[in-house]
Amino acid sequence: MTTAEPAVSVSDLTKTYGAFTALKGVTFEIEHGETFALLGPNGAGKSTTIEILEGYRDRSGGEARVLGVDPQHGGLSWKARLGIVLQSSGESGNVTVREQLTQFARLYPNPRSVDETITAVGLEQKANVRIKNLSGGQRRRVDVALGVIGRPELLFLDEPTTGFDPEARRQFWGLIRDLKKEGTTILLTTHYLDEAAQLSDRAAVVAGGQLVAIGPVGTLGSTEARVPIVRWSENGSVREQRTLDPGRTVAELFDRLGEPAGLEVVRPSLEDIYLDLVGAYEKKQQEEVLA
Amino acid sequence: MTGLSTTKAGITTPDYGLGHTLRLGASRVAYETRVYFRQTDTLFFTFLFPVIMLTIFSVAFQGMGNVGADPDGSGGISQAAAYLPGMIAAGILLSGVQNLGVDIATERSDGTLKRLGGTPLPVLSYFFGKMGQVFVTSVLQIGLLLLVARFAFGVTLPADGASWMTFAWVYVLGIATSAVLGIAISRLPRSGKSATAVIIPPVLILQFISGVYLQFSLLPDWLQNVAGLFPLKWIGQGMRAVFLPESFAAVEPGGVWNLGSVAVALLIWLVAGLVICRLTFRWIRKDS
Repeated sequence: MTTAEPAVSVSDLTKTYGAFTALKGVTFEIEHGETFALLGPNGAGKSTTIEILEGYRDRSGGEARVLGVDPQHGGLSWKARLGIVLQSSGESGNVTVREQLTQFARLYPNPRSVDETITAVGLEQKANVRIKNLSGGQRRRVDVALGVIGRPELLFLDEPTTGFDPEARRQFWGLIRDLKKEGTTILLTTHYLDEAAQLSDRAAVVAGGQLVAIGPVGTLGSTEARVPIVRWSENGSVREQRTLDPGRTVAELFDRLGEPAGLEVVRPSLEDIYLDLVGAYEKKQQEEVLA
Repeated sequence: MTGLSTTKAGITTPDYGLGHTLRLGASRVAYETRVYFRQTDTLFFTFLFPVIMLTIFSVAFQGMGNVGADPDGSGGISQAAAYLPGMIAAGILLSGVQNLGVDIATERSDGTLKRLGGTPLPVLSYFFGKMGQVFVTSVLQIGLLLLVARFAFGVTLPADGASWMTFAWVYVLGIATSAVLGIAISRLPRSGKSATAVIIPPVLILQFISGVYLQFSLLPDWLQNVAGLFPLKWIGQGMRAVFLPESFAAVEPGGVWNLGSVAVALLIWLVAGLVICRLTFRWIRKDS
């Protein structure tokens, strides 16, 4: 690695709206070329964080640097290096997909080809259809296309696959992997934990305006939370055992029972770990309220 | 991972000078104009409205004879000729204030402006695109009005260069003021849904008190003075100077067209509108 500063760095970020504190001291960094997922329940502060980094909101405290610039003072040449897919879009859409992408491509110094971008999001058949006549999932793909048309160094994706069917989601994952290969840095928020697990190098879990966990997706959560589970059927009932050595457990089972019926070795998914983390945080909050 | 693979080679430092801003603005004019003609509601309530009103008034009041006729019914001008300057003025107001006021308020509420605010589009290019759209559509609108007046209602249009010179400067000043005020007024509606409800009524009232539907000289003095505080009255007065016979100046305040005051009033509104836009325009309501 070079000693260059990270693509995004945030330290002790706070945001208050009147008496309400949306963010209480969030700190993380995103390296160049990294895909980073921000996870958390609704209202946890994900969108507030991402909108501060995009320059849409001013922070109340702490530091933020995005591509070497304070996002509160990012100029046009800074914006030209970003791609932004907002959480919601509702434009009237009286233009076709191709017209809209052509218009947006003009804004950037080094844009992608309009046709290639349309193909990349799978809208070839809809290129000449007005956006207002597209389905919700198709409009979302237009949002993604508009986010990447400028060949951004840093791409913000705020719940990008809401409304996608499973096939469209797979296709979107392929697109994100291509962008990663090109070296694009990506900050993703999503409610689909499988999506975060598939795409991101590291993830952070936000709850109540605070980071409750951060790290590579495979190491997130406590060690106990990630202990694999061996599950099998014995005497007509399902048995399970949490063990750090599932192979040995299976071998012992085999010695004892022969081929065990219904054998499974399950590693807790990111979703299980996430629910653990958020549940633990909420429990702690309740205890503090009661104490 | 090598540090170099992450920064793309070949990115030139982009030029964000005035040339770039104007080029982008010009491309936005084409885009905005195309979108304008795809919206059936603006097409009807903004673009065709003055033509429709001219037609209705001309046909409805035909039986009342000419305006400004001698007691024996001879002379004067047709109802269509009398209404034409007011309808042109109304078209200028609708194409700027009503069109942009509703359009930009809607774009603010539906997320268009938020999206644009996240791109390297200069605000000036955006304004340029909107004003260009207003200019193109209003030239077409007035062209249509003149054609309908001339060929459907037989109105005689001015034949001298001086009248058309007056028309040109009143028009340019009027449409620029109207467009700028449209951008300024777009801040008022709190949502896109309320935009037409907030913006159309004052625009309509202005048309009634500024000599568009009712002959200005018939209004009481105090109402004329109220109308004089707003730009539409002055655009209408300028257009009457262009399209009505010289003898009609007699019923204007002071018995003259008073084009100097037209220029001054419109310039004051233009500058005020520019200042308001500069001070109040934001891509989004930050921290709302």
